[in-house]
Amino acid sequence: MAVVQDHATREGCSSSPFWTIARRDSLAGFLFIAPQLIGIVIFVLIPLGLVFWYSLHEWNVLANTFTYTGARNYQMLIEDTNLLEVLGATGIFSAGLVVFNLSLALLLAVLLNQKLAGITIFRTLFFSPVVVSLVAWTIVWGFLLQKNGGINGMLQVFGIEGPNWLREETTAMISVIVVQVFKNVGLNMILFLAALQGVPNELYEAARIDGAPRFKQFRRITLPLISPTILLTSIITIVGSLQVFAQIAVLTQGGPGMSTTVLVYYLYQQAFQFHLFGYGSTLSILLFVIVAVLTFAQWQMRKRIVFYES
Amino acid sequence: MNYHSKLKSAVAALAIAIPFGFAGVANAQDTVNLRMTIWSANEAHLKLFNEIATGFSKDHPNVKLSYESLPFDTYTTALTTQIAGGNAPDMAWIFETAAYDFVNSGALYPLTDTLKATKGYNAEELSATAAERWTKDGKLYAYPFSTSPFAMFVNNDVIKAAGAKTPAELIAAGQWNWDNAIATASAVGQTGKGGLIVRDFNYQIWQNLASVWNGWGASPWSADGKTCTMTEKPMVDALTFIHDAIFKKKAIPGPGENVDFFAGNAAMTITQISRASLLPKDKPFAWDLVPLPKGPAGDYALIGQAGIGVMQAGKNAKTAAEFVAYMTNPENSAKLSQFFPSARKSLLNAEVLKKTNPLLSQEQIDKVVIGGIATGKVIPGHTGFAQIQQAVRSGLDAVWRPDADIAGTLQKICGQIGPLLKR
Repeated sequence: MAVVQDHATREGCSSSPFWTIARRDSLAGFLFIAPQLIGIVIFVLIPLGLVFWYSLHEWNVLANTFTYTGARNYQMLIEDTNLLEVLGATGIFSAGLVVFNLSLALLLAVLLNQKLAGITIFRTLFFSPVVVSLVAWTIVWGFLLQKNGGINGMLQVFGIEGPNWLREETTAMISVIVVQVFKNVGLNMILFLAALQGVPNELYEAARIDGAPRFKQFRRITLPLISPTILLTSIITIVGSLQVFAQIAVLTQGGPGMSTTVLVYYLYQQAFQFHLFGYGSTLSILLFVIVAVLTFAQWQMRKRIVFYES
Repeated sequence: MNYHSKLKSAVAALAIAIPFGFAGVANAQDTVNLRMTIWSANEAHLKLFNEIATGFSKDHPNVKLSYESLPFDTYTTALTTQIAGGNAPDMAWIFETAAYDFVNSGALYPLTDTLKATKGYNAEELSATAAERWTKDGKLYAYPFSTSPFAMFVNNDVIKAAGAKTPAELIAAGQWNWDNAIATASAVGQTGKGGLIVRDFNYQIWQNLASVWNGWGASPWSADGKTCTMTEKPMVDALTFIHDAIFKKKAIPGPGENVDFFAGNAAMTITQISRASLLPKDKPFAWDLVPLPKGPAGDYALIGQAGIGVMQAGKNAKTAAEFVAYMTNPENSAKLSQFFPSARKSLLNAEVLKKTNPLLSQEQIDKVVIGGIATGKVIPGHTGFAQIQQAVRSGLDAVWRPDADIAGTLQKICGQIGPLLKR
């Protein structure tokens, strides 16, 4: 009897139950993220696969033909004489947007990080464009930026004859950048504000005791301590800048010439206006690669620029 | 009734009832829903279309019709997106500029046989020139339900206030030509009001400038559509004339300047006659409608068209073609012509047009509408037009500057669109 019991005990020890605590925890974890995961599969991964599939085909919507063409669309991409100009415009837009947006957001955050009466009103005021409809915002700016629009009307009061903002190459690009920055600067400002408020006061006190001037405090204490937020906002802003569409479609339609034809707008033209869905998909793949490379590069750079990372 | 009798009765009842049941299913299945995409959201237009749909449903009780208004500016893009998404409408309005794309691609169901088979349709009276763009290999692929000439609306109050000659005075003196028209527009432009507006051009829809450059005999490409002709003298001269009118004479509002003729803020506007409905009723001004001025190449006219096509991709193409035949039969064409001038010869007479266009005088109808439709060329169009349109629009941006090199720019544009034209 004792032998049998011993055997049974040993058997019970060797065959552990399937639902261990670790497995149960991971199942619970997967169930929690399942709704998001299903969404990503349906709305991101499957479309991504389909776009790649389409990029290997010539899809004539009107003739209802879908022909496998192999790498021909990629060949077209290399030979596209407009592409360099489009990438140039995209680069200028992104660079301008990131620099202007982050600098302004940080400046506003520093200014609004004060304990003053009514400061919340200003914070709300600067954040409010973020919640305004993008198209409505852009249409209003479109009117303001006309040659005989509101901006030039105001300049005229001071005796300045304003340019034809949306019809000259340089001013058109500046206008599109500024409209986009004013729309979204509030979001980065709030993120910076939160980061600034997380910087321990004792560090500033110690610096003051050591006689460090305000700018040095900002450079040596504030910037390093908010560097994770700087990394986050720069990634969000760069990725966002590469996806700009509505502002271009409403304000300039990519003109004058092709000066504001950024990659997403060019992709839209090819696919939806010229009915070249295959080539449009190829441009989407290019955009995906650019976004992926930039994000990866920034992520790698965090070791150098982010204070918290080792 | 014994068991067998009951069973027989039940079987017989079922035998009678089942076909009715299936008939019910069949009726439900036979309901045909037809959808037509249009670019008008005008209430009066929709009221008339619904009346026509109701009329068709009387003979086809299983057919239900609906109209889907898509935004004018992005109409073709929205339509092709629907097609790409597998949600093609059964019927669609098609712009004249996109006609070649739709007709040549095989996207449309041929209408000729259905129209000919429709009793009392009288397909022969459709003007051959009006049907040209919508026909391929002798078959009509979309019905040009609107053939609307471009003309010049005039605000005589503004012109007289500027001390210039009105177009009516110039016509009476036999001096209605582009030089004098621009002189009048310039005089008004100097007062701070707008001179001449080519409506919808807006420095983007350049094909509307055909309403001016046709007067020079200019054309963006050759008749066979294969060669760019923008570098030829008529086009260079015409664009130089337009450029001077904008930047030297201030006769045409410049890029980025928005002026509305129908709000009473400009001397003249070139647009289609159907825009007469925009004339103000609250604060009316003394308006006139005159033919386009004579150009160096003589008198000319320009027409815009819209076609109705049946999509091959639709599930009920045959029924949709029957509806198009009903919608455009002589009786309904007469009703439609109050908004959309018909290309049916029987409807192109002053008596009919006066009834349907009460705002226009007999003289305006004779000279502008009938004369325009009879002699007018259709707005430029081409296969792959969207791509060509974009390339030319982008290129012409360099012309809309005070210091433009017009000939050089046109050379560049031809370099850009040359390969596209040859496709």
